[in-house]
Amino acid sequence: MTKLGPGGWSVRLIVLAIGVALLLAPFLFPGVRPIQVAARICVFIVLVASYDLLIGYTGVVSFAHTMFFGLGAYGTAIALSQSDASWGALLIGGALGVLAALVLAVLIGLLSLRVRAIFFAMVTLAVASVALVLASQLSGLTGGEDGLTYSTPDLFSPATPLWHDAAGKTARLFGVRMDGQILAYYLVFFCALLLYLLLLRVTVSPLGTVLKAIRENEARAEALGYRVVAYRTFVFGFTAVMAALAGVLYAIWLQYTGPDTTLSFEIMVDILLMVVIGGMGTMWGAVIGAAALVMAQYYLRDVMQAAAGATAGLPLLPALLNPDRWLLWLGIAFILLVYFFPAGIAGTLTRREARK
Amino acid sequence: MNQLSATMTRLGGVNLLPLIVALVALALIGAPSIWITLTVAGLAMGMMLFLMASGLSLVFGLMDVLNFGHSAFASLGAFVAATVLAHMSGWLGADSWVLNLGALAIAIAAAVGAGLIGGFLFETVIIRPVYRDHLRQILITMGALIVSEQLIIVVWGGSPLPVARPKILQGAFIWGDVSIENYRIFAVVLGVMVYAGLYVLLNRTRVGLLIRAGVENREMVEALGFRIGRLFIGVFMLGSALAAMGGAMWAGYQQLISPDMGAKMMIVVFIVVIIGGLGSIEGTLLGALLVGLIDNYVGFLLPKAALASNMVLMMVILMWRPNGLRPAAK
Repeated sequence: MTKLGPGGWSVRLIVLAIGVALLLAPFLFPGVRPIQVAARICVFIVLVASYDLLIGYTGVVSFAHTMFFGLGAYGTAIALSQSDASWGALLIGGALGVLAALVLAVLIGLLSLRVRAIFFAMVTLAVASVALVLASQLSGLTGGEDGLTYSTPDLFSPATPLWHDAAGKTARLFGVRMDGQILAYYLVFFCALLLYLLLLRVTVSPLGTVLKAIRENEARAEALGYRVVAYRTFVFGFTAVMAALAGVLYAIWLQYTGPDTTLSFEIMVDILLMVVIGGMGTMWGAVIGAAALVMAQYYLRDVMQAAAGATAGLPLLPALLNPDRWLLWLGIAFILLVYFFPAGIAGTLTRREARK
Repeated sequence: MNQLSATMTRLGGVNLLPLIVALVALALIGAPSIWITLTVAGLAMGMMLFLMASGLSLVFGLMDVLNFGHSAFASLGAFVAATVLAHMSGWLGADSWVLNLGALAIAIAAAVGAGLIGGFLFETVIIRPVYRDHLRQILITMGALIVSEQLIIVVWGGSPLPVARPKILQGAFIWGDVSIENYRIFAVVLGVMVYAGLYVLLNRTRVGLLIRAGVENREMVEALGFRIGRLFIGVFMLGSALAAMGGAMWAGYQQLISPDMGAKMMIVVFIVVIIGGLGSIEGTLLGALLVGLIDNYVGFLLPKAALASNMVLMMVILMWRPNGLRPAAK
């Protein structure tokens, strides 16, 4: 087990528990909302794990991760909405989206990864913001601010039974309807699992060791004969492809793609938060961070709504507790986390165990 | 080729770029009257960008701190100025230019004051704990930008705020078939004054000498017994105040401001400092003028490409000079 990267037993147990909960989510938590939450967690685990490989392992700060996520999602969405809801359109659109992400990432990487880290962060931020503006401006292709709504192949429709029971209706297993939505969920789950394991494998490979060496001391890695720019560009392209694949999964699951679900700055903040909460450079942290934050997003607003209602008579407080202001609280939580727990949940737990 | 580049260097090197851009644009546009209008608009925009970006560049040069939340001060200045102007509509609408400009001066002073206070709080609370840690700096100042944007929504509401202009700066003056908006002239004049002030401060005073020395070699200045921490907080507050002033000017220029202004301006401000090179106000001015001019020329010649023009400009400059046009000597 030690080959699977850093992390104490408690961290591994938490990750395992989250994995099992996601695997059994449709059966454990029946209903519409829990399965949405579970699918979002799966997609974000891949997104956050790939970002962790970039920022936590290699030390490259990029703000363009949502752009690659969006490229995958928009590729799929545009192909599915321009033609019929066929498998061919889905595959071609998804592949083109992923390819676009790769090409763009390699271009950005070659152009600007040789400059200082801080310049790179600024360049990616600028590129990502242009992508966001383009997506809302080119409304003929992308649907503008409203985004695109489309249908995926019939197999994923909630109206499609996977098999029939004796009475000829959609079969039920433990009381859960075996329909296309379940199939779509398991497609998302297993693809996410596969991609996550691939990312995990990379971090314990010799390549992962080189990346960590670059993070720790760039000049020394260069002096040892590793071509730092080439490695960085490779990782940037690789994680971009991973993010784009996560985007494809999300586009299939939501049957909707818009700036708010894929490209917006808020998603980038979410990813940053998840990486920091979970713990940078741990890979396990991605699972913990994604699960914690997605749950908080779905259920924190309810809490804030209640709190705003309870303080309705007081000055300023209701405005601060308005559910639309949750980004304010996330921002504050983010700053506090970076101050006091820079190692995140996974890192802090691991360190505590190592001390015993 | 060598002779050409030697001649270029003697004439001013990269400083000639805005001039070259302007001349190329003149050839492409053809009509001199339109060209003059666009050039003045570009210079005005460039000067406002310079105000917003100069602090970021100086702070980075002096302390190696990159503040991703810098444009929050521009946003703060814009909203403070808009509020002050809304309360002084009597002076703004008066026929006396003294009252007009007085109201504007009070609004800008309020914005600068807010920038100074905000800068002090920001430096002590947010940035001080993460000196010399780039990764955490980027993350924390990014978080601070989000928090400040949300706080502006809490205080001023989420809907766009209209900004009044003083009567004397409304409209344009016509000269032949050239028409130039008064406000743009005012922006250029103010920008040039601030640049001159900064230039004198940095090159002719003792404090400026210390700042430049700090940019060059911080440890040496510390070793000579100067408290660079105090110097730094002063520069940080000055930079924040300049950003607030730029934001106030920008508010009057746009006449409608919304809380996401900070995040939007941040991108342009970053492009300006990347092009200009971090750490020098000359570079920032150069970058700001280039961005302002090209934005206006391309907006006229190829409206659809205006969006990408700044990006392309940045990429080209980065390929040519990875550290920007005029970075501070390091």
